Amino acid sequence: MAVTQLMPGASTPATAVSGTDLPASSPATRSPAAPRRAATKGAHVAVKSLSHAYRRNDGKVLDGIDFEIGQGEIVALLGRSGCGKSTLLHMLAGLTQPSEGEVVINGNGVREPSHKWVMMFQAPSLFPWLSVAQNAALGLKFTRRGHEIDARIPEILDLVDLGAFADRNAQELSGGQQQRVALARSLAPQPEMLLLDEPFSALDAFTRRNLQRDVRAIARNLGLTLVIVTHDVGEAVRMADRVIVLQANPGRVAEDTAIDLSEEERAGGAEGFQREHSRLMGVYSRIAEAADAQDDIANDFTQL
Amino acid sequence: MSDAAQIPQFAFRLWSLGRARGLVNGLIGIALLLGLWWLGGLIVANDPDLYAFANFAPEPTLKRLWSMVLSGEVISMSGPSLERVGLGLIYAAAFGVPVGILIGRAPRIHELTNVPFQFMRMISPLSWMPIAVMAFDTWDGAIVFLIAMAAVWPILFSTAAGVRRIDPAWLKVARNLGAGPLHMLGSVILPAIAVDILQGVRLALGVAWVVLVPAEYLGVTSGLGFAINDARDTLDYDRLAATVVVIGIIGFALDAAVGRIVKKLNWVRAAH
Repeated sequence: MAVTQLMPGASTPATAVSGTDLPASSPATRSPAAPRRAATKGAHVAVKSLSHAYRRNDGKVLDGIDFEIGQGEIVALLGRSGCGKSTLLHMLAGLTQPSEGEVVINGNGVREPSHKWVMMFQAPSLFPWLSVAQNAALGLKFTRRGHEIDARIPEILDLVDLGAFADRNAQELSGGQQQRVALARSLAPQPEMLLLDEPFSALDAFTRRNLQRDVRAIARNLGLTLVIVTHDVGEAVRMADRVIVLQANPGRVAEDTAIDLSEEERAGGAEGFQREHSRLMGVYSRIAEAADAQDDIANDFTQL
Repeated sequence: MSDAAQIPQFAFRLWSLGRARGLVNGLIGIALLLGLWWLGGLIVANDPDLYAFANFAPEPTLKRLWSMVLSGEVISMSGPSLERVGLGLIYAAAFGVPVGILIGRAPRIHELTNVPFQFMRMISPLSWMPIAVMAFDTWDGAIVFLIAMAAVWPILFSTAAGVRRIDPAWLKVARNLGAGPLHMLGSVILPAIAVDILQGVRLALGVAWVVLVPAEYLGVTSGLGFAINDARDTLDYDRLAATVVVIGIIGFALDAAVGRIVKKLNWVRAAH
C-alpha cells in the first residue's frame, strides 16, 4: 500500500512510502518504523493569548497561553492532572471555545470541530453495534465521502495492522486493538493534525510502547502534525519532537523544550533516551515543586 | 449402590438436558395448564348449576378451534384485530420515539413533561373510551386511538431511558469526526437505542393486546373482541373459549417475534 494514497496531494515520487516501511504485522519482533518523513501536509497551529475559565466568575484554568506548532511537528503537552492540558487540546480540536484569545490553524480561527483536526480520546469509544471497518469509516461517512470508503478503509486498517479484523465486531477486540481502530477512524478522513488525549494510558506497558512507536511512525510518514497530551514523561520523550510543559493553577506554559533524539534512541533504554528522560523529569519536577510551594503559600494565606 | 445415592444422579439427568431443557419445561408447563383446564371443565360438567358452561372444557374448545382454523374463521377474526393493533402501535411509536428522544436529550423538557406524562400514563386506557367515541367518526378510529393511548407510554419512556444511557463519548467522537445533527440521530442515537425502542414496543404490544378485546366491544362487527362478545351473546361457549385460545396464541407469538428481533438487534456482546 502506498501511504501517498492516504494523504491528499502527497503524490510526488520522493514522498511516496511503500507499505513495507510501515509497522509490520508482528509488533513483538519488528524494529521501529523508519523515520522517513513525507512532504509536510500537517497543520500549522498558533495559540494566541489563550485564557479560559469554565464559568464566568470561576478562576482561570488556562492563562495567557502562547505557542506555535509547525507543520508536521510532533508536540507533547506535559503536565500534572488539573493543569488544563486536556482543556487546551479540546480547544485545539474546536470542541471547546476559549474565554479569551484564539486558536488559529492554517491561518483560520478554530470555531468548531473539523475532520481536518481529529482528536483521539483516552477511551477508544468505538460504536459497539458496528464492525471494525464500519467504525473506521465513520469520519468519511459523516463528511459525505462515503464513495471513498471501499478504497480507503482496507488501506487504513492495514496501516494499523488490523486488515484481518475488518469484519469483526469492535467489542471482540482487545483494548490495544480497539485503540488501533480509533486511530484508523481518526486517520481515515485524511486529517492534517491528530490530537491525542492520553490515548494509551489505559493500556498495558507492552501495548502502550508499540502504539507509541507506531503512532509516531505513522504521523511522520504521513506528515501529520501530532499533539499528545500526557502526564507520562517517558511517553513525551518517546513520541515528541518538542515538549511544552504546563504548570497548574492556572495553566501556563512553564517550559518549551525540544527532544533531540534519533528514532533508535527513542525506542528506550539507550543512553540518549535516559539523558533526555532525566532532563525532562528534572524540568517537570522543578515546575511541580514550584507549583506545590505556591499552593502551600496560598493555603497559608487562606488559613490566616 | 443405595437408593439415597441414586436420587441426586436422577435429578442430575433431569436437569442436564442442555438446550432442550427450556423446551421440555415449557411443554410440562403447557401440560399442567391443560390438566388444570381439564379439571375445571370436569368440575363444571358435574355441577348441575354450571352444566350449561361445560363447553368451556378443553375437548369441545379444541374441537371447535380446529373447525375454526379449517373454515378460515380464525384468520377472518384475527385480521382486523391485528390491523388495529398494528396501526395503534405505529401511531404510538410515531409519537413516542421522537418525544422520547427529545426528553432523553433535553433535561429541561424531561423536567417539564415528567409529571404530566406520568399522570397520563396512570390513567387506564379504557377510561378514554367515551372521549374516543365522541372524538372519532368511526368505531375503528376510536379503537386504534385507545390502543395507541395504551401503547405510547412504554415506547416513550423506554426510548427516553435509552437516550439517557447513551455514552456521551460516542456523541463527542461523532461530533469530532464532523457529524451533523442528522448523522448524530441516524448513526449514533437511533442505533444506540434501537433495542430500547424495541423493548418498549414489546411492552406496548403486550398492553395493546390486552386493551384490544374490551376496545373491540365498541360497536365494530369484526375482530377478536367482537367474536368474544358475539359468542357470549349467542351462548356459543366452545367458540368463545376457542377465541380466547386464539387470542393467547397470537399474543404469545407476537411477543416471541419481537423478542427475537430484540435479541438479534442487541449489540451488547457477552464479556469475553
